[in-house]
Amino acid sequence: MMTFASLVERFYAAMAAWGIPWIVPTLIVMVIVVSVVLAYISVAAMFMIWWERKISAHIQVRYGPMRVGGWHGWAQSIADGIKLLLKEDLIPAGADKVVFVLAPMVVFGATVAAYVTIPWAPGLIVRDLNIGILYMVSISSLVVVGIIMAGWSSNNKYATLGALRSAAQAVSYEVPLVLSLLGPVMIAGTMSMGKLVEAQSGRWFGVLPGWFVFPQIVAFLIYFTCALAECNRLPFDIPEAESELVAGFHVEYSGMRFAMFFLAEYANMFVVSAIATTVFLGGWHGPWIPLPGLPREVAHGLFGLVWFQVKCYFLIFVMMWLRWTLARLRVDQLMAFAWKVLLPISFANLIVTGLVLVLGKQALLYVGGIAILLLAAILLAARPAARTVRVGERT
Amino acid sequence: MTLKLGIFYFLAAFTVWAAAVVVLGKNIVRAAVALIFGFCGMAALYVLLDAEFLAAVQVLIYVGGITILLLFAIMLTSRIGATTARVVNDQVILSAMAAVGLLVGLIYASTSGIPAMSGPPRLPETTPFLGRALLTTYALPFEAVSVLLLAAMVGAIILARKE
Amino acid sequence: MIPLSHYLILGGIIFSLGVFGALTRRNAIAILMSIELMLNGVNLNFIAFARYLPQTMLQGQVFAIFVITVAAAEAVVGLAIVLGLYRNFKTVNVDEINLMKW
Repeated sequence: MMTFASLVERFYAAMAAWGIPWIVPTLIVMVIVVSVVLAYISVAAMFMIWWERKISAHIQVRYGPMRVGGWHGWAQSIADGIKLLLKEDLIPAGADKVVFVLAPMVVFGATVAAYVTIPWAPGLIVRDLNIGILYMVSISSLVVVGIIMAGWSSNNKYATLGALRSAAQAVSYEVPLVLSLLGPVMIAGTMSMGKLVEAQSGRWFGVLPGWFVFPQIVAFLIYFTCALAECNRLPFDIPEAESELVAGFHVEYSGMRFAMFFLAEYANMFVVSAIATTVFLGGWHGPWIPLPGLPREVAHGLFGLVWFQVKCYFLIFVMMWLRWTLARLRVDQLMAFAWKVLLPISFANLIVTGLVLVLGKQALLYVGGIAILLLAAILLAARPAARTVRVGERT
Repeated sequence: MTLKLGIFYFLAAFTVWAAAVVVLGKNIVRAAVALIFGFCGMAALYVLLDAEFLAAVQVLIYVGGITILLLFAIMLTSRIGATTARVVNDQVILSAMAAVGLLVGLIYASTSGIPAMSGPPRLPETTPFLGRALLTTYALPFEAVSVLLLAAMVGAIILARKE
Repeated sequence: MIPLSHYLILGGIIFSLGVFGALTRRNAIAILMSIELMLNGVNLNFIAFARYLPQTMLQGQVFAIFVITVAAAEAVVGLAIVLGLYRNFKTVNVDEINLMKW
């Protein structure tokens, strides 16, 4: 089998045969992998920035960037990047310099670290940790720390407000996010990203692909909502709401440091889409045809790579589409939505999943009966409340 | 194996440095940031001890939860650059003596009280085992801890609520 | 193989630093942070014992999970108390909050 791991093993063996100590090939592999991941992140982020500008323009019946580079302004992001690199790097006089400098590094480092366990194609994964999904969730929570550091150290009230909002939002939405991921983990019985994808290789009822999105549609919707909030995308972008907080936590950043925040934001969008693709949408599974002249594994791997990217970028497209469709929530609406709507639903989903897994098909009967009873109880309880009108209150 | 020892010494020095900044630093926010780095160093040490699940939980709960709450509270109660002249109270010498005495006792106990041990070269995968243990052998403490969390949540809401 | 005593000494150093901080810091939040450090030192010892004594069936790791849970509960209640103090006294320095002292 031509997998990434076997290639690395072969490289180690060749180096060992030459009598070179094992630390040298390890370092070489590390440097190569990190360079490839960083190159992918930069190219993908630049593409996503251009894409987002085109999508938003077309939704608003404009053209967007058209001039730089010729064909539909494809070089616009590159030009913007060069501009950001050449700009002066300002540190405000009242800022806490150490924390200010450290913050973008924490955000970017945490985002890049999440790429370790993304399963790109069969056998192509940097490191298939046995706690893969937990690792990704926990390493992504470091991003919020960087945001708070940036907001506080800027010594700017808008930045601090943005950071405070971001902290509240991230802590609230992390809970339903993790709970929604638990459903598929329970079905697959593993937390490793590679094995999660392999668990989705069958078919539901012989027709539908064996993706976890079909039995876990509720969990998928909860996950996607929380992922929007984790990425600070609309309708949950109150940490950087440009019309009320100017730009939120990164208002004082410029030049290269701002570029790092910007890159990390788009890289993070890709990470949450990759988690959704891996856990719910079957990862690299998809139809493939044997290519002439290529071994079976290589052809499968190539198609897997393409399918994974197609699914990820479809989810990213939905995120960009939602940005121009939905209005921004208020802070209290945002918190109430997380704690009063998403959290109970994700708990209910978890309980139903566990019951079905333990009891089998007959659990659906029980669950349906209990759900109808609960619904009836809620309706009965809500009816008199709707009729009561307090004295002095407008109806 | 010397490489592993080197990594251990590096992580140990990093964690102790971070802990020292937390305890002795003048600026409270920098202390909180150092605490985050200290927690990450601890998580790396857990990985070195074959406890990957604990490492991920450490990052998720300590870094993603507790320190964010701490930073939240710090931002609500102090302002930037507010380095008060005195960060320690009057009991410094007494406390230092107590801490150093405790440290000496602990080092003495760890070096001479416990025989030199060497565990297996590598533990098998611990996560499924932990899950099973928590729901069978330790089911009662597990439930007790959930009740404790509920009580803490209710208590915190009542304490922090405006009258 | 790293000797077990290395981990125990490291845990001891971190625990003692936490004790020093909890006894001397004036800021209530800093005291909370020192207590978290102490709990981390204890956790390191638990996990080191779980690693070096496999016949204990990972009791150390289970205890570490409980310690982390209790630490989360403690931080939540502690911060609620700190915010209540700040609302009433406009300070979080524990040696200035001496209303019940004489």
